[in-house]
Amino acid sequence: MILKTVTGAIVAGAAAGLFAGLLQLAFVQPVLLHAELYESGQLVHFGAETPAAMAVWPGIDPVRDGLSLLFSMLIYTGYGLLLTAAVMLARGEEGWIGWREGLVWGVCGFIAAHLAPAFSLPPEVPGAAYVDVGPRQAWWAATIAATAVALWLLAFTRRPWAPALALVLIATPHVIGAPQPDSFEGPVPPELAALFAARALGTGLAAWSILGAAVALVGRSHSAEGR
Amino acid sequence: MIASRQTIPAGGISSRAVAVFLCGVLGLGIITLAGNVQAASLHNAAHDVRHANGFACH
Repeated sequence: MILKTVTGAIVAGAAAGLFAGLLQLAFVQPVLLHAELYESGQLVHFGAETPAAMAVWPGIDPVRDGLSLLFSMLIYTGYGLLLTAAVMLARGEEGWIGWREGLVWGVCGFIAAHLAPAFSLPPEVPGAAYVDVGPRQAWWAATIAATAVALWLLAFTRRPWAPALALVLIATPHVIGAPQPDSFEGPVPPELAALFAARALGTGLAAWSILGAAVALVGRSHSAEGR
Repeated sequence: MIASRQTIPAGGISSRAVAVFLCGVLGLGIITLAGNVQAASLHNAAHDVRHANGFACH
């Protein structure tokens, strides 16, 4: 049962990660590469020339894009393992979830892992001004943990204080605030930065939905065998 | 809904608990390695994915 649970979570995560990676290559990567032209100075915002807003499709870079697919599968495998652990904790001896419930789990995972940290630390377009990576990673991890606990309290704790504590946990990281740079000095046009953040969040929601459904479907098969 | 019944040996840890623990530790390890470790080669290989998934990259 243990091996099947872990391998099932890895399969579900890798499949969702492949989907996420393909979506990102189609919708996020062109914006990222366009922004890198500004980051490297090949294009200059408010420079002598006005660069065209439409970027030429840069084509496929087999090594770079292959690594992106691989790391996307790795990261979603990690998410799939954590989501599987959370579902097992929540269900206990009750039966496994169906794919519709899996979708809800996936959306909640997206809220905790992508949307909550992005509320104060939006997905960064290359070239954006930033402070040291350490404090931002600490804030990012703490925000995800606090939001995940809050969602758990809202879903599974039938105590009168649970919703209030959940609200406090969700709000606190943003009231404290994420580490921000002293000044803004990004060379990338704001239109590109906004599109990048929106595309990153949109593909995240799609991928997490698939991940939730996949974790449900794969887990159901080994749950049935474990009878 | 098909129920999964695990028998818990007396004084032992249920296989469910072991599975939860393994999934949790493995999941956190993979995400830390792929998303957060700043070693140059890892950072370069994971660069685009870290940006696209909202990780703090640089």
